[in-house]
Amino acid sequence: MLRDITIGQYFPGNSLIHRLDPRFKIVITVLYIIMLFAGGTYTGLAIGAAYALIAIALSKIKPKMFVKSIKPIMPFLLITALINLLLVSSGEILWQWKFLKITDAGINISVFMIIRIVLLIAGTSLLTYTTSPITLTDAIERLLSPLKKLKFPVHELAMMMSIALRFIPTLIEETDKIMSAQKARGAEIDTGSFITRARNLVSILVPLFISSFRRADELATAMECRCYNGGAGRTRLRQLKSAPRDYAALFVTAAFLAGVIIIGRIWS
Amino acid sequence: MNSIIKIEDLHFSYDSDGGKEVHDEVLKGIDLTIEEGEFVAVLGHNGSGKSTLAKHLNAILLPTKGKVTVDGIDTADEGRLFDLRRRAGMVFQNPDNQIVSSIVEEDVAFALENLGVPYEEMRRRVDEALRSVNMYEYRLHSPAQLSGGQKQRVAIAGIIAMQPKCIILDEPTAMLDPSGRKEVMATVKRMNREQGITVVLITHYMDEAAQSGRVVVIDKGRLIMDGKPEKVFAQVDRMKEIGLDVPQVTELAWELNKAGYDISPEIITEDQCVDALLRLIG
Amino acid sequence: MPILETQELTYVYSPGTPFEKTAVDHVNISIEKGEMIGVMGHTGSGKSTLIQHFNGLLRPTSGKVLLDGKDIWEDKTKIRDVRFRVGLVFQYPEYQLFEETVFKDIAFGPRNMGLEEAEIKRRVLETAHDIGLPEELMERSPFDLSGGQKRRVAIAGVMAMEPDVLILDEPTAGLDPAGRDKILGHIKAYHRRTGNTTLIVSHSMEDIASFADRILVMSDSRLFCFDDTVKVFARSEEISAIGLDVPQITRVFDKLKKRGADFGKEVYTVEYAKNLLLKRLSEREVP
Repeated sequence: MLRDITIGQYFPGNSLIHRLDPRFKIVITVLYIIMLFAGGTYTGLAIGAAYALIAIALSKIKPKMFVKSIKPIMPFLLITALINLLLVSSGEILWQWKFLKITDAGINISVFMIIRIVLLIAGTSLLTYTTSPITLTDAIERLLSPLKKLKFPVHELAMMMSIALRFIPTLIEETDKIMSAQKARGAEIDTGSFITRARNLVSILVPLFISSFRRADELATAMECRCYNGGAGRTRLRQLKSAPRDYAALFVTAAFLAGVIIIGRIWS
Repeated sequence: MNSIIKIEDLHFSYDSDGGKEVHDEVLKGIDLTIEEGEFVAVLGHNGSGKSTLAKHLNAILLPTKGKVTVDGIDTADEGRLFDLRRRAGMVFQNPDNQIVSSIVEEDVAFALENLGVPYEEMRRRVDEALRSVNMYEYRLHSPAQLSGGQKQRVAIAGIIAMQPKCIILDEPTAMLDPSGRKEVMATVKRMNREQGITVVLITHYMDEAAQSGRVVVIDKGRLIMDGKPEKVFAQVDRMKEIGLDVPQVTELAWELNKAGYDISPEIITEDQCVDALLRLIG
Repeated sequence: MPILETQELTYVYSPGTPFEKTAVDHVNISIEKGEMIGVMGHTGSGKSTLIQHFNGLLRPTSGKVLLDGKDIWEDKTKIRDVRFRVGLVFQYPEYQLFEETVFKDIAFGPRNMGLEEAEIKRRVLETAHDIGLPEELMERSPFDLSGGQKRRVAIAGVMAMEPDVLILDEPTAGLDPAGRDKILGHIKAYHRRTGNTTLIVSHSMEDIASFADRILVMSDSRLFCFDDTVKVFARSEEISAIGLDVPQITRVFDKLKKRGADFGKEVYTVEYAKNLLLKRLSEREVP
């Protein structure tokens, strides 16, 4: 059943991480990513890992969920690691077959890269796990608002995002219904040859498109009737207020980043 | 009393193909005046023009000929469009296609955000509106978790928050189950009674029209009946002729009256019917 | 032998998750060939989940669905044949239309059955006629039709598979009184002509009263009752208590009874009420 799929990766909660201002959370996540790439050493990575582990512990989200977030990119990760492993030619050669060779530097780079990407995914997952998509959209809109001066349609993009988020469950339910209805007329959707299935897909996509257009049209009218006129002069019910804890979190993150950079300098 | 809605000789036709082909008129000259605080049900079958009429009260459509004014504002006056829409809010048939936000209270606030209402006042009006439709405890829910009736109540709250003088509901219960229909009708009636908001309810359910103060019947683009519900429904054969129902109690009383018994067909509630029947059979 | 039967049918949504919910709970019913059955239940009562088991769209968590005495899940590969024998029309079926012409859309089901072109044509034209769609509409786009016509095209699309059992989920939802009467009339006529078994889900007891031999009522995932129409109406107060609408005329006669005017009969149509009253009145006039 399609409706069994959980949409978005948000796990509601009331931890310190959940309560942080989403704007700060985005900025902090960016600093964290810089931290992972600024430290070219294992010590740097270890500091990043320690930072991530503390944040995960504070979020009270089951560590299992972070393992789950890494799973889908595992194949991609292994292939890149393998390419690095086999094609890096510097360092001491440990094994060789024709143009493929494994060197100690190759092993080093592969392992380093795997750890870095795992940390990257875990950290960004923490952002989406603890922030609802709609809050995230809102925070992005506010962070990007200076770009409005450059005629960049910040409000419009955010509105589109939030409407998309609003209609995802509706459209999933609708797809489910149309699929059942066509199956009841003998359409083979999860069985049958590839060609039959492709042809039968039309019987689902056409009604889905038509109904989406109808919905979009009706929604546009309803929005106009409620005086929607673009972003100019709008006020907001959702107030984002930064608290001392937000600055504290930002300060701690900046300290970790500085640590990583300084240690990196000393090493080289 | 003040007239809030004035419709004078309203004609309307959709012209597609850039005006090359003029379609038949959907509305063929409608005159209607609605007083402040009234609860008017507009009855008609699908395609009678009743929804087209509703769309004129909110300037979604503009008259081809004639004039519509709401609270003194001509709907054709583009400069006062938002002023008009703030005073005459509109609720549509499909509850899913009029909710904008993924959080109930933010949806209720949508119009106020658009109008630039300051935060403190917005917070207060949103909470009040949610309480008045009994949805306050659901304010942080996602619309996807609500029933059809609850979604329609959220949509109504979104209009009430604008503090309108008048609310137009275009078949708000057509897609709901019986309990959802009851919830919505109770909300609309309370709003009319307690807050004095003028209600124009477009419907094809006669039991809903029977709860209003005045019934207007539209057929083939013309206004053909206008009066108190018991007077309109008592014309059973005329209602059936244009494809509309009457309450079962009205039909029974009318049949008995036709058979020569002393019972008035102007009966629209169960209790009226029970009393009249007891009197008749003695 | 009953044509359709369920034995301890149970269905659980999302088992093993926090959203786990038993939607159908040990339901046993048995439907004879040629019956016309009304299905009632408020939203979330489990009635929609129940009917999706009859044509194998959902597979029971436990229990069985028998068609002509045979478990429909005995051979999983034959489940498509079950869907041709038990036709299911969903709520608002007009939203499933997708073909370029009305003819092609009605022909979609029969074509999936692998029928000959001539047979497909016969079935499409016959069902179109049954449901009151004039032949000149056949080459039109279904999207150019009126709401009521679209609804009828979609219903014809299932009827054209000539199922032994036809199930319609709220076929009149959102239609005005004239549209409602028209569709119900066509379905009744089709039932009379073909003698098939028909199940109609409806919220309106007034509508159900006009066609059903028996009424199946679901409440809270369980079978509340499945009995002759008259007997179900005799329990009107219980029916109201589980959130369903009893016809206004039935409520009037319940009130009359409470106030001492007992007619000793279950009343659920205006016609019947009128005759009952006229009889009582004429008896009184001739002492």
